[in-house]
Amino acid sequence: MNRRESLKALGLATATGVLLDACKPGTAGKTETVAGGDETGRQPFEVSREKELVQEKFFNAHEMATIAVLADIIIPKDGRSGSATDAKVPEFIEFIVKDEPEHQLPMRGGLRWLDVKCLNLYNNEFKSCTPQQQDAMVSAIAYPAQAAPEMQAGVTFFNKMRDLTAIGFFTSKLGIEDLGYRGNTPNNWKGVPADVLKMYGLEGV
Amino acid sequence: MGDLQIKKTGQVYEVAVIGSGAGGGMTAYTLAKAGVKVLMLEAGPFFDPAKDSRQLQWPYQSLRRGGNATRPMGDFDAAYGGWEIDGEPYTQKGNTKFEWFRAKMLGGRTNHWGRISLRMGPKDFKCRTAYGAGDDWPVTYNDIKPYYDKVDQLIGVYGSNEGLENDPDGIFLPPPPPRLGELFIKKAATGLGIKVIPGRGSVLTAPLPGNKNRGQCFYCGQCNRSCKVYGDFSSSSCLVIPAIKTGNLTVLTNAVVREIITDNNGLATGVSYVSKDDMQEYVVNAKAVVLAAGTCESARILLNSKTAQHINGLANSSNVVGKYLHDSTQTGGAVILPQLLNRPRFNEDGVGSLHVYAPWWADRQKLDFPRGYHLEIFGGMMMPSYGGYFGFEGSIVPLINGYVPDAAGKMKPGGGFGKSLKDDYRRFYGTFAGVGCHGTDVAKETNYCEIDNSVVDKYGIPVLRFHYEWGSDEIKQAKHMTETVGAIIKSLNAIPLIPPSGPENNWGLSNPGKGIHEVGTVRMGDDPKKSALNKWGQAHDCKNLFVTDGSMFVQQSEKNPTWTILALAMRTAEYILEQKQKQNI
Repeated sequence: MNRRESLKALGLATATGVLLDACKPGTAGKTETVAGGDETGRQPFEVSREKELVQEKFFNAHEMATIAVLADIIIPKDGRSGSATDAKVPEFIEFIVKDEPEHQLPMRGGLRWLDVKCLNLYNNEFKSCTPQQQDAMVSAIAYPAQAAPEMQAGVTFFNKMRDLTAIGFFTSKLGIEDLGYRGNTPNNWKGVPADVLKMYGLEGV
Repeated sequence: MGDLQIKKTGQVYEVAVIGSGAGGGMTAYTLAKAGVKVLMLEAGPFFDPAKDSRQLQWPYQSLRRGGNATRPMGDFDAAYGGWEIDGEPYTQKGNTKFEWFRAKMLGGRTNHWGRISLRMGPKDFKCRTAYGAGDDWPVTYNDIKPYYDKVDQLIGVYGSNEGLENDPDGIFLPPPPPRLGELFIKKAATGLGIKVIPGRGSVLTAPLPGNKNRGQCFYCGQCNRSCKVYGDFSSSSCLVIPAIKTGNLTVLTNAVVREIITDNNGLATGVSYVSKDDMQEYVVNAKAVVLAAGTCESARILLNSKTAQHINGLANSSNVVGKYLHDSTQTGGAVILPQLLNRPRFNEDGVGSLHVYAPWWADRQKLDFPRGYHLEIFGGMMMPSYGGYFGFEGSIVPLINGYVPDAAGKMKPGGGFGKSLKDDYRRFYGTFAGVGCHGTDVAKETNYCEIDNSVVDKYGIPVLRFHYEWGSDEIKQAKHMTETVGAIIKSLNAIPLIPPSGPENNWGLSNPGKGIHEVGTVRMGDDPKKSALNKWGQAHDCKNLFVTDGSMFVQQSEKNPTWTILALAMRTAEYILEQKQKQNI
């Protein structure tokens, strides 16, 4: 079976070998909404576990709102793409802390640490502080090598929050397009393009 | 006991094969193609990559974005199982930290493996003679070469003929060109005098001559998810499913083998198993039994098959079963290539196996350890995802963005947030590359698995207990690995991402088992006092029992074992056909 026949077997090519829209970069895959829908190749315990997790709720409304504010401070909208909340990062974080429970205590405790710190400094919970106050607070915990000793708990929390935000954002459809990942689509790999090889002086390597 | 009884049928199969991975699949395929009625027992469910693969799904089609909460190598990875399986424990002796990866499914671990397909060389089969380490095999490279050739042609493998003495050429499909980051590493290694050549992998980069059932690779780089068009080798897609189509192979899935049954003469008569579907006990009959449950599981089944004739367990009068367990040594390092910041984007998925690698290059005479290792080179703009072997470099960006100037050419403190951090994630994407070192562990009698009689699994079967320590040769080898990787990284002027290593942590050697190349527990040999199997994979103590998985290895090399398992399994299957014809079994 040659490559064209391979693609036909996948239902991805027309008789003339032209790829259907369904597998052009950025549009491949069935749909972005997945919530436990596709059970292809999944073991029964995986499917039932996931259904249970989706039913459970970990963060309360205040925590979710705070996560949303933080996520958009970490990854704001810019000229190229939307923000973390546009990519539904808080929803991802809500799921992943149930899926990987080791995040639960550091996240819950960290959010509380942040609120109490802001209460002491600004007489307000984090999400209700002014943007300038939020920026100052986050700046105090976002640079590990520079943070003051009394901010260490915040640094630990923010490292995790930043990781989960970045993962949630850059694994979303929006984030993948932002990064410019061009793969996950049938093609014929012929190596690094000649102009790119030239750019890096790697011709003939 | 109420309703619990052992269910037996009168039917007698010609051959029962235990396990459906590379060894079991190849044995069953070869026998079924020749017209032999074969029964295969597989402990997990049926798995057909054409239907069950999660190939081409996007990370956002997984609620955990590809994370590894239920599958240790990521949500899309095609292995049902992992390092730990609920209800099927194993135990450790002393300070041993052996890690046992099991995939319970049709095709076993071949559904998700790296497809790296290397032949062992002439010196590897005679390692005691050539290197003064391990034991010589009872076969030579020339004995096995015809089978390697047939495996190449039956299954397909890409590569390049290089004429290297101990890294034999094959019958190759064209190799895929390297990715950008891999070219950087290749250039650096070459500059250090290390010869880097195209990888060798069982992926169909061109149509496989004579085979109309398998599709050609379309370069999604997702071999670990298994391939819907059968463009790479899995035992399920390429051996077991075609064998079922001959009408000669019956597959029993969810059948957990308890023991091999023998008669008063000590000959195998069948297999007892418990069905996961109904939790009932069964016995099936066969004129010959082939064991290929995986290196450790095969030893476990033999050791649990004790009778008056086989008091040490079946095929174990030598008392070697379970011993000489050895896995690959493994270390490595990765880098961020600042040269590639803001690199051009293009589809760089390539194949899901190796594009370039360095076979063992050094001169043994100048070293203080006997056996070598190879370098597996990787890098590229991989699909962003959470978990799995390759992921988004995201989680390291805030740790390293303080080491390079920002987009405006200014240094800033590491970490951060906001638009500047968002831009860093983009700038660093695709700058990650690395080198994995995979080497030979010299087999030792003192590294073994044995039955832990005090612990049973949920089926009531006594479990394995492991004892495994790296020797001084492996630790010296790991030091050499660390120095090599360090030199490559240094010559790249790259940001190193290497965990600290030194004598205190065996120079970064992974825990044994972590290479998932464990072999040697039911070794071959000419001397029945020192080996369990003869050179045909036939038990010295039981002439109608054969073993065709990695457990039969005498001594592995730095080459990944699957291609050798396939060649040896095919050879044993042909021997079984011959012995059946002569009515010896």
